[in-house]
Amino acid sequence: MTRIALLAHRHRPAASSRSLGRWRGRSLTGLLSAIALTITALPTLAQDDALRLDDWAAIERAAKGQTVYWNAWGGDSRTNAYLAWAADTLEARHDIELVHVKLDDTGTAVSRVIAEKAAGNLDEGAIDLIWINGENFAAMKDNDLLFGPFAEALPNHDLTRPETNPEVRLDFTVPTEGFEAPWGKAQLTFYYDSARLETPPGSIPALLDWARAHPGRFTYPLVPDFTGSTFLKQALIELATDTAPLYEPAAQSDFAAVTAPLWDYLDALHPHLWRDGRHFPASGPEMRRLMGDGELSLAFTFIPSEPAAAVADFQLPPTTRSYVLDGGTLGNVHFVAIPFNSSHKAGALVTANFLLSPEAQAKKLDPAVWGDRTVLDMAALDEAARATFIDDRDNPAALPADALSKTRPEPHPSWMARLEATWLERYGSQ
Amino acid sequence: MRLFSPTIRAIPWLAIALLSLPVVGGLAGVLAPALGWLPALGGDELTLAHWRSLAATPGLGDMVRLSLTTGLVSTLVSLAIVMLFIGAFAETRALALVRRLLSPLLAVPHAAAAIGIAFLLTPSGLASRLISPWPSGWETPPDYLFPGDPWGLGLIIGLVIKEVPFLLLMSLAALPQCQAQARLRLARSLGYAPLTAFAKAVLPGLYPLIRLPVYAVIAFASANVEVAMILGPSTPPPLAVSVVRWINDPDLAMRFVASAAALLQLGVTLTALGAWWLGERLIARLFHASLTNGRRHAGDGLWAGAGGLTTLLAVALLGGSLMGLVLWSLAGWWPFPALLPSPLSLHAWQGALPGLLDPLAQTALIGVCATGLSLALAIGALEAEQLRGQGMAAWAELVLYLPLVVPPVAFLFGLVQLQGQAGLAPGTLAVMLAHSLFVLPYVFLSLAESYRRLDPRWAQVAASLGHSPASLFLRVRLPLLTVPILTAAAVGFAVSVGQYLPTLLMSAGRLTTLTTEAVSLASGGDRRLAAVYALMQLLLPALGFALALTLPRLLMRHRSGVLDP
Repeated sequence: MTRIALLAHRHRPAASSRSLGRWRGRSLTGLLSAIALTITALPTLAQDDALRLDDWAAIERAAKGQTVYWNAWGGDSRTNAYLAWAADTLEARHDIELVHVKLDDTGTAVSRVIAEKAAGNLDEGAIDLIWINGENFAAMKDNDLLFGPFAEALPNHDLTRPETNPEVRLDFTVPTEGFEAPWGKAQLTFYYDSARLETPPGSIPALLDWARAHPGRFTYPLVPDFTGSTFLKQALIELATDTAPLYEPAAQSDFAAVTAPLWDYLDALHPHLWRDGRHFPASGPEMRRLMGDGELSLAFTFIPSEPAAAVADFQLPPTTRSYVLDGGTLGNVHFVAIPFNSSHKAGALVTANFLLSPEAQAKKLDPAVWGDRTVLDMAALDEAARATFIDDRDNPAALPADALSKTRPEPHPSWMARLEATWLERYGSQ
Repeated sequence: MRLFSPTIRAIPWLAIALLSLPVVGGLAGVLAPALGWLPALGGDELTLAHWRSLAATPGLGDMVRLSLTTGLVSTLVSLAIVMLFIGAFAETRALALVRRLLSPLLAVPHAAAAIGIAFLLTPSGLASRLISPWPSGWETPPDYLFPGDPWGLGLIIGLVIKEVPFLLLMSLAALPQCQAQARLRLARSLGYAPLTAFAKAVLPGLYPLIRLPVYAVIAFASANVEVAMILGPSTPPPLAVSVVRWINDPDLAMRFVASAAALLQLGVTLTALGAWWLGERLIARLFHASLTNGRRHAGDGLWAGAGGLTTLLAVALLGGSLMGLVLWSLAGWWPFPALLPSPLSLHAWQGALPGLLDPLAQTALIGVCATGLSLALAIGALEAEQLRGQGMAAWAELVLYLPLVVPPVAFLFGLVQLQGQAGLAPGTLAVMLAHSLFVLPYVFLSLAESYRRLDPRWAQVAASLGHSPASLFLRVRLPLLTVPILTAAAVGFAVSVGQYLPTLLMSAGRLTTLTTEAVSLASGGDRRLAAVYALMQLLLPALGFALALTLPRLLMRHRSGVLDP
C-alpha cells in the first residue's frame, strides 16, 4: 500500500536526471556483497550507536517509557485506525507511547531530517520512524540519513524468510541492506463499476481500444504522483519489446528506444482520456473520488483492498468490482525506516519488530481493518498463527483469491525517475 | 506603572524583531541552497547551476504567467466588486445585511472554501446536478474542464470569493476614518448620483487606507498553495505549487532547485506588486481630471447593478459551497445525478467525533496564544506611536507587512533550519510563534487605522484631568477601542486557525490541528470526512467572530456611543 511513496513522488524537471548518476556502477554481485558486509558488520555499527542490536532484551528495556514519533501518511482513516490500534497495543505490552505524525507527503519528513542534519542535530531528531519506500528510501539511504542496518536484527524478521522471499530485501530493485524493515505489500489493482461496464479491458493494449470506445471515462493520476507513475511503469512493461533492461539502471540502456512504444501509446490514449487528457487527478484517492462521482467508469489503485473498503464506506458504488490485468500487475513491498538521528531508536526498533509480529500482520490483513497484505511467510508460522491469517468472508468488490499471484516486480528506481521526467517534458506543460 | 512608558516604547522593536528575523533568516536559509550552498546535501560550492536547471524546467513560463495573472486579476475583480458594492449600497439595508454575513464568510478557511467551490462547479457537482438529468439530459457527468482550466478561471473564482469578504471588512473599517458619511452627504447634496458621489468624493480618500490590505491580497493570491492545488490547472500549475512539490521531492538534489524557485516566487510576487503600484499611478493620472469635471452621473444604474449582482454571486457561490460541505458530511453513497443524498446519515460524523476533540483543543490553544501575543504587540506598537506623538517610520511599517508580502514557501524551509539552530523544540511554542508571524500583521492591519484615528481630544481631556499615560491607556483608549480590538482579535484567530504549512513545519508534524487534519484528509479522497473537518475548521473562527460581536455589548452596556463607530 505504500501510501508513503504514493504521495511522495513529485514534479522534477528534466535537469534533475543528473542525479541518476548515483545508480551507475551497481551490479547484482555488488549488492549481494554489500548485504553480506552489512550483516557481518552489525555489532560494530551497533556499538557506534551505543545500542547493541544483538542484545534484544536490552533494547526492550531501553524502549520502556519512550515516545516514538512515527511519521506516516495520514490520509486514510482505515490506516490511521490501524496505527491507533498499534499504539494502544504497544503501550500495553512495551510501555511505549507511539505517536502517529500524520503526513500528507513523506517528502516532508525527509525534508525535516535534512534540515536537522544541516543544523547539526545529530542525535536529537524529531522523527523516530518513517513509513517509506521507493525513491524516498533511495534518497535517504544515498545521503546517509538512515540508522542501521537494523532490519535483520529484529527477532520477527526471520518470519519473512528473506531467503525464499527476496522481495523483502529489495525496494524497487535497490537492496535495503537492512536500513528498512518490511511492513506490507501492495499491488496494482484495477476496479470498475459493473453497472456501467460489463467486460473491463484485460491488458494495456486492450485498455486503449476500450478508451476509444468510451471517451472520457478513464484517466490516471498526474505524474509524478506515485499511482500515476506506477501506471506508466505497468504500461511500459507490457509494451516494451524486451523487459530485461528495466531491471538494470536506466543509464545502461537506450532509454529512448526502450520507452518509444510507451510514448506512442500515450499519444494515442490521451485524447480519449477524462478531460481529453488536458487535466489529471492529483492522486489515486482523487481518482477514486471521481469514480464515486460517476465521472469515471474504470480506475486503479495500489491498494488491493481499497475498492472493497470504499464500497463499505459508501465512497464507491455497490456495483464496484476489482481485478488485475491478465498478464499480471506491478507489486512491491513497503517498509519502515529509522532516521540516523532518531531520539528514541530503541523504541523505534521495538515498534518495527512489533509491526512484524504475526498478531500485528494478521490484524493488518483483515479487510475490515485495513486489508494490507502480509510480508510474513506462512511456512515460518505455527499452525495457530497461520489460522489467524485466513479470511473466508465473501465480498463481491474484493479481488478473487488467486489474483495476486500474478505479480510483476518493480523496475529499477532510475526508470521511474526518467519516465517521470520525460512524461513531464512531453505532457506536463501542454 | 512607572514601567509603562519604557515597556511600551520597547514593544515596537520586539514586534519588528519577531517579524523580520524569521523572514530574513528564512530567506537567507533559502538563498544559500539556491546558490548551491547546503553542506548537509553535499552542496559546498557556489554555483548558478540550479538556476539553469530551473530555467530549463518545462512550462516554467506558464507557471510564472499563471501566478501573475491569477494574482492580479483576482485582486482586481475582488476590489472592483467591493468598491462597486460599497458605492452603490452605502447607507442601505443591503450593506447592513452583508456586514452581518461578513464575519462567518471571513472565517471560512481557504482550503475549505476551495474544496466546497470545486464540488459546486465540477461536472458532477451540485450545480450540474441541479439541471440533471432534466433539462440537461446528462445521465453521466459531462466532460468539461472546469475548474482546473488552463487560464486559471476556477482558481480566480476561488480566490475572489475569499478575498471579497476580507477587503470588504477592511473597507468598512476604513470608511469612518475618511469621513465617508460626511463626504458622501455633501456630494449627494450637490446633486451627484450615489456611485458617482462615492467614486469622486470617497474613493480617493478610502483607497490609501486599504492599500496595504490590497497588497497583502495580491501577495497571497500570487503565491498561495492550497487554493491553487484544488482549483488551479495541473499541467503546469502556478509556480508556488511547483515550489512545494520540489521541496518535497524525494530526489534531495531538487532542494537546490526548489530554493531557486522559491526566490523566483518572491520575484514574481514583487513583480505583481510592482505592476499594481504602476497601475495605481496610471489610474491616478488618467482619472485626475475627471474627479473635478463636474459630471454628476456616470452610468450609475448599470454599475450599481453590476456591484449588487457580483456581490450576490460571490455570496451565493460561497454559500452554495458551504451547503455542499454540509451535505457531503451527511451523505452515504451519493451517485450522480441525485441532487440530495438519501438517506442522510451521521456515519461520517460518528466516525470522526472521537478523533476531533484533540485537534480542536490544539487549534484553539494555539490560536488563542498567537492572537493574544499579536494583539499585545500590535496594541503596544500603536500605543508607542501615541507616546512618541508620531507615526511609525515607513521602513518599520513595511517590516510589519513582510510576512504577508514574502511568500511563505520562500522562507519557511529556511526557518525550520533556524529553528534547529536556535534549539527551539518542535511543538506548541514554536508553532504558536510561527503563527504569530502571520497573525500579527493581520491584527495590526485591522487595528491600526481605528487606533490612529481615535480623536486625540479624548487623550487631551484625560491628560488635563491628571491621568498618567498608563491610566489614559487603560481607562480611556482601551475601552473606546474595544470593538476594533475584538474584531482584530477575531481576524487574527481566524488567520491562525487556517495556517497549514507553518503548523506542519514548525511542529515537525507532531501537532494535529483541524487544518492539518482537513488537508491530509483532503489528500485522501474521502470527501465526507474531509467535509466534517472543514466544517469544524470553520466553526472555531465563526465562534471567535460571534464573541467579538457580542462581548462589547455585554462589557459596554453601561456606556453609550462606544459601540457605534
